[in-house]
Amino acid sequence: MDYAVVVALQILSGIATLVIVSLGLAVVFGMMRVINLAHGEFLMLGGYCAILAHGAGINVWISVLALPPVIVGLFGLVVERLLIRRLYGRMIDTMLATWGLSLALIGGVNMAFGNTVSGFSAPLGSFTIGRFHNSVYDMFLVLAAVVLSFSVWAVLRFTPAGLIARGTMQNSEMAAALGVAPDRVYAATFAAGAALSGLAGGLIAPLSGVVPTMGTLYIAKAFITVITGGASMVTGTLTASGLLGTVSTVGTFLTTPVLGEVGLLVVAIVLLRLLPRGITGRFLRQSL
Amino acid sequence: MTQIRSTGLQIAAATVVSITAAWMLPQILELFALINATVFVSMSLLALSLGLVWGFCGILCFGQTAFFGLGGYSYAIAAINFGDTTGAVPIALLVPTVIAGALGYFMFYGRISDVYMGVITLTVTLILYKFANSTAGDQWTIGKAALGGFNGIPGTPPLNLPLQPDQALDPRQVFILAVICLLSCYVVAKLILRTRFGRVAVAIRENEIRAELLGYDVRRHKLGMFVLGGVMAGLAGILFANCVFVSPTMFSLSYAGQVIIWVLVGGVGTLIGPIVGCILVQMLVTWAGTLPDIDANLLLGVVFMLAVLAVPQGLLPAATTALTHLVRRTAG
Amino acid sequence: MNIGRRQAIKTTLMAAGSMLAMPAIMRTAALGADPIKVVGIHDASGGLDIYGKPMIACLEFAVDETNAGGGLLGREVQLTNYDPQSNIQLYTQFATQAATKDKAVVVHGGITSASREAIRPVLRRFNTLYFYNTQYEGGVCDRNCFCTGSTPAQNVQKLVPYVLEKWGKKIYIVAADYNYGQITSKWVTKYTREGGGEILAADFFPLDVTNFGPAISKIQAAKPDAVISALVGGAHVSFYRQWAAAGMKKQIPLASTTLGVGNESILLSPEEGDGIVSAFSYFQELDSPLNRAFLDKFQAKFGSKTPYLGGELAMRTYVGFNLWAEGVKRAKSIDRMPVIEALESGISLETPAGKTVLDPKTHHTTVDVFLAEVSNHGFKVLKTFPQQPPVDTASVCNLIERPNENQQYVVNVKI
Repeated sequence: MDYAVVVALQILSGIATLVIVSLGLAVVFGMMRVINLAHGEFLMLGGYCAILAHGAGINVWISVLALPPVIVGLFGLVVERLLIRRLYGRMIDTMLATWGLSLALIGGVNMAFGNTVSGFSAPLGSFTIGRFHNSVYDMFLVLAAVVLSFSVWAVLRFTPAGLIARGTMQNSEMAAALGVAPDRVYAATFAAGAALSGLAGGLIAPLSGVVPTMGTLYIAKAFITVITGGASMVTGTLTASGLLGTVSTVGTFLTTPVLGEVGLLVVAIVLLRLLPRGITGRFLRQSL
Repeated sequence: MTQIRSTGLQIAAATVVSITAAWMLPQILELFALINATVFVSMSLLALSLGLVWGFCGILCFGQTAFFGLGGYSYAIAAINFGDTTGAVPIALLVPTVIAGALGYFMFYGRISDVYMGVITLTVTLILYKFANSTAGDQWTIGKAALGGFNGIPGTPPLNLPLQPDQALDPRQVFILAVICLLSCYVVAKLILRTRFGRVAVAIRENEIRAELLGYDVRRHKLGMFVLGGVMAGLAGILFANCVFVSPTMFSLSYAGQVIIWVLVGGVGTLIGPIVGCILVQMLVTWAGTLPDIDANLLLGVVFMLAVLAVPQGLLPAATTALTHLVRRTAG
Repeated sequence: MNIGRRQAIKTTLMAAGSMLAMPAIMRTAALGADPIKVVGIHDASGGLDIYGKPMIACLEFAVDETNAGGGLLGREVQLTNYDPQSNIQLYTQFATQAATKDKAVVVHGGITSASREAIRPVLRRFNTLYFYNTQYEGGVCDRNCFCTGSTPAQNVQKLVPYVLEKWGKKIYIVAADYNYGQITSKWVTKYTREGGGEILAADFFPLDVTNFGPAISKIQAAKPDAVISALVGGAHVSFYRQWAAAGMKKQIPLASTTLGVGNESILLSPEEGDGIVSAFSYFQELDSPLNRAFLDKFQAKFGSKTPYLGGELAMRTYVGFNLWAEGVKRAKSIDRMPVIEALESGISLETPAGKTVLDPKTHHTTVDVFLAEVSNHGFKVLKTFPQQPPVDTASVCNLIERPNENQQYVVNVKI
């Protein structure tokens, strides 16, 4: 019985990690149809922010929750202005440019910080279920995933900024005719996506350790989750993460981590075959 | 007429260049550089395969490396089991063909396109990567060949003369063989593009819905091109396995991305472009690796970003455009 | 695998290759004042650089020390280090380059077993002497290759009985999923059973896994007395982090055949690392006069950039170079076969890691083995086992009787 609860918590934790890691990419891709191949590296930058801030003595919560999104968000603003802005509508060129950006970031961070950085232990200690110990931080990640998803949804649904963003994405010329500056909207959206990626990096830094190449571990999964989720940002990411995260964790418990990962990938393929526009291309179509 | 002449001319030019390279390079390059050159040629073939599928049929396949790796692994496993590479090569070409056929059928007859197809093909190569990586244990042996997991198969047998297993080809002969393969695939691609099948494929790239409305079976044409690309990639894998050795990195995300970079840099929509792009990028990567203080990735990343901003349509089209302008200005 | 045919091919290539190499080597030997070319192939970038950089530093130090003492046979030793950037295909490339273009007289290099097996055939084909200085799973039997790192019969065989005695008989294994992890897991199983213990389960993780949550839950469900880890690489460090985060540090003790080698003792905080036990043939914290003298000079050379010498890889590179140099001095020549024969005549050195003896039959080394536990970002040596012979490789490999052997035996561990 206890073990079943532990497994359930692990599943939740696996789903939460996928949600956190994919949300930034979902915002950028869902809103702007821009494939940002440097998403993993934004994550990595967020992780480094957290580690360096913590190493400098800043409170762990600020290091993880406050600094990474701000710093990486600002960086995203700069990237959008210098690089992405010139390539709107040219999906392939954006891919190449963001791939170049990701390589440059990996190389730059490697040069600046070398390949190993001291990590820090996850805060919050552990709790027990029966005789099983679990990390409280894992549960914190679940909470973070819920809060993040809800916040993104709420901003899009209830705030004027969200309305303007949705309108611009739907029809930018119309929005411009109504007095909105599409450039500003795109810049803000990209920055928001970058901030989310940075925050994700900060959140997972205590658990997975931060190296210059950590982004490459997550980019493929994030990409697959977002595409499988479909056009709707929040619901798509949540449903896709839910399904894929469950498959992956259950697979890992029943067999080996490899088969768990492979299971995730196979399910994604099958899902795309059955629902070629992603999950929210078919179900929950009008949701955000 | 002009079209035929132009194609014939291009094939003739390519043949001349290839024969010159195959004859001269083994003489002027040292052994080590020659082996490197052979690796470049095999990668160019991989680039060509993606260039064909993407540039002339509009299939953005993120997982061309899947067939590359399958070709390499099938070759290694078959060659170790047979003790003779003569039978291994056909098998190594057959496996990617079958898999490409199955995957293509799955995707195109399921009406999956653009980004979603990219994701599926990426996922396939990742599955193969993770699977190949996990085969380190003893139980992962096919016949006499241990799959080796993360290490790959360092003892990949070199190609031998047909039916003479004791006569392995030396690096010079392998280089010549690689150039011949690249040339043949280029010629085959060029000829196919001139047939009806090829022209419909190009029409599909231009506007898929229009082609379908005109009555062509889009799915069949896409499947055919996809399989052709898969076979070429498999052949590239065999050559690569021969020069280096077979390992799961052949399936990896970084290789999958690199193939796309090569084609992008060279120019999507040409056949020579990907080849040139591949060689240039490989040389750049190798050179960047020798620089003591600057990280190779940083340099490459900056180069790519600048390339996209300055020369967005790809190197070869940009070069041809520039050349055409130059010619016109001097002529007129 | 038909060994006969492969042998034939390799012999033909070797003959061809040696015809290419011979004139070059003879030319170099004839021109007395020319420097002696030594090549190192170690990763200085990419994921493996935490292992590679200290090894490079020690190799450079060894070369400088030799040159300061008058060089080798009166000639300067010239070191070139290639960086394969943690990419195995570059290993093969650089090995070929070292052998055919640079015509090096010896190559020291290779970190993972994968990289060793990539370059060993190449160097053998081109008749370039090869020293592999990393601790590994044992079994390499190749007259062209000398392995100076410790093997399971030396390190694992000391670690397991300690664990069984101190903590209990029920063991859970977590290991990296490639040949090193698989083979080490078999050795751990063998020694555990010989010590009257029981292996509850062995889990393998590909090198890029970072989420160990399910694994940690599974371990708890199995209720072992101790966990022995053969995890490798940066991603696997997160196991120790997540283990501590789940509060397991105080519940079940850990031992490892690899922890320390990758500076994990520095990376992990004391709450995460303290108490984890490892066994190697060297720890920087060893308290011997030779080691202290070495560290003083080493610090003096590198100053603020002095790398921490975690585990034995870096020190064995230093020892490996000096063993080779000793062979050259005895042979009074840098040619491959005379040096090999000199090395087989029975060479021993007193080193900062204790006494190292080169075994002629297996081309491996008899070393002092030390058991230590992580303590406050360093290691505290608990036990010393002097002069442990490479029993595992010796049980299958005899290069005196069968000098043409060329393979890595996967030592058949009866489990």
